[in-house]
Amino acid sequence: MRISTFIYCLKQGLINIRRNLLHSFVSAATISACIFLFCLFFAIIGNVQHFATEAETTVGITVFFDEALSEAEILAIGEEIEARSEVAQLNYISAEEAWETFKTEYFGDMEELAEGFADDNPLAGSASFEIYLTDIRLQDEMVAYLQTLSGVRKVNYSNAAAAGLNSLNRIIGAVSAVIIGVLLAVAVFLISNTISVAAAFRRQENEIMKLIGATNYMIRAPFVVEGLLIGLAGAAIPLAAVYFLYRQAADYVTLHYVIMTGIFTPVPIQEMMPVMTAVALALGGGIGFFGSFFTIRKHLRV
Amino acid sequence: MIEIKKVSKTYKSGNKALKDVSITIDDGEFVFIVGRSGSGKSTLLRLLLKETEPTSGRIVVNDMDLQKMPRRYVPKYRRKLGMVFQDFRLLKDKTVFENVAFAQRVIGESNRTIRESVPRMLKMVGLSSKYKVYPTQLSGGEQQRVAIARALINRPEVLLADEPTGNLDSFNTGEIMKLLEEINRQGTTVVVVTHSQEMVAAMKKRVITMDRGQVVSDMKAVAES
Ligand SMILES: Nc1ncnc2c1ncn2[C@@H]1O[C@H](COP(=O)(O)OP(=O)(O)OP(=O)(O)O)[C@@H](O)[C@H]1O
Ligand SMILES: [Mg+2]
Repeated sequence: MRISTFIYCLKQGLINIRRNLLHSFVSAATISACIFLFCLFFAIIGNVQHFATEAETTVGITVFFDEALSEAEILAIGEEIEARSEVAQLNYISAEEAWETFKTEYFGDMEELAEGFADDNPLAGSASFEIYLTDIRLQDEMVAYLQTLSGVRKVNYSNAAAAGLNSLNRIIGAVSAVIIGVLLAVAVFLISNTISVAAAFRRQENEIMKLIGATNYMIRAPFVVEGLLIGLAGAAIPLAAVYFLYRQAADYVTLHYVIMTGIFTPVPIQEMMPVMTAVALALGGGIGFFGSFFTIRKHLRV
Repeated sequence: MIEIKKVSKTYKSGNKALKDVSITIDDGEFVFIVGRSGSGKSTLLRLLLKETEPTSGRIVVNDMDLQKMPRRYVPKYRRKLGMVFQDFRLLKDKTVFENVAFAQRVIGESNRTIRESVPRMLKMVGLSSKYKVYPTQLSGGEQQRVAIARALINRPEVLLADEPTGNLDSFNTGEIMKLLEEINRQGTTVVVVTHSQEMVAAMKKRVITMDRGQVVSDMKAVAES
């Protein structure tokens, strides 16, 4: 296609929008709503997932052994556990190490308070393994397996966090899919309606175009341009809104919930935006393009 | 070459517009089609443009069978034709310039070509001063000349003109006829539907007369001495 033809089609698309401003506006607004919700859920799911990944690396399973077991026996069991495919990492924590950690955590700078225990490790016999899994969803299985091993005294794990995060994400995903789906349908309907109105405006012109040898491609182009521009505008508005909202919210969380920041940090906006922008533009452009393309094809059958 | 072979056209309303019409027009010919109102002249041109389909019979233009033509080839075919519609079919919301330029935009001509050729064409039909005007602000004759300009701008192989001078005075009719003759001399096949007896008489070209959907006479061009 020639540049001049392309510019002509672009111009005609803009004329379509101008002639039909209210319809175009309503369509763009609906797409905006749809994409705004999409971005919102995208941000929430992204953060929950982020939290879950962080949790996966901090929440592990801890296995304690019968006090009668020697270190060598414990290490033998450790090798057996480590051989399993779902184990990402296995750390051995001897009783001494456990005590060291405990000391610094609980007595902090006042180490002299702990010195009374110096030669009598109160945590003797609490050698343990910290097990990190490749996928937190495998936790239940793993715990069940560990409990069957002989010599295992106790298996500590945080069940709620793993299961909770997973099902939370699933629920958010399902709810957002339904809402976005409904809005998507409404948006496609409105785009289609807008294009129908534009096609009615240009009916006579399109007929004449056909009779003097315009290709279908050229007759449809202005309408597809119209749909595409509406769709992209519909995506740009919520993206800008979400960008500022998210930045505010992330700052707010980091500032006011300092206590939480140890366990939860929001996904940084620079990481969030590129993917979100790409998907939102593709979604808006896609709705606009396909909505108008199929509508105009139906209207302009030769 | 245009070959119309035993073509009949019955509109959906049951109106038999054409009955078993056969006409052959050679490349570079100039043909008048005359006949009473409702005799099927416009229908014939519409069939040639493939705006409507015959009920039976075959139409072959430059060895292409219109009924067998793949749909995607139709735009390409129509670009070889220039059509002046009886009802002009101008775009009301476009200026005279844009109406003529439209035919070139449709086939993807560059802006530079358009800026050069449209004013030249408007000058040829005597509408240079009105290029900024909208069709509703033009007289019937002026609108007709815009329609002619649009049909000629792409230098078609075949010009189909449905009463191109129906609204013109004898001076402008003469001018348009000179233009059509010139186009024809350059090699374009010209088919003109008209009611104007004096024009037909003056031009001494082939004349096909139709009546109630049939060809009743086909008089070859009078050789100029
Ligand atoms: N779209 C249509 N639907 C139904 N009947 C039609 C249609 N177009 C034309 N007709 C009928 O077909 C017949 C031929 O019409 P056509 O327009 O070909 O005549 P014409 O020779 O061009 O007449 P005129 O000199 O008045 O323009 C007429 O009886 C007309 O009523
Ligand atoms: Mg007619």
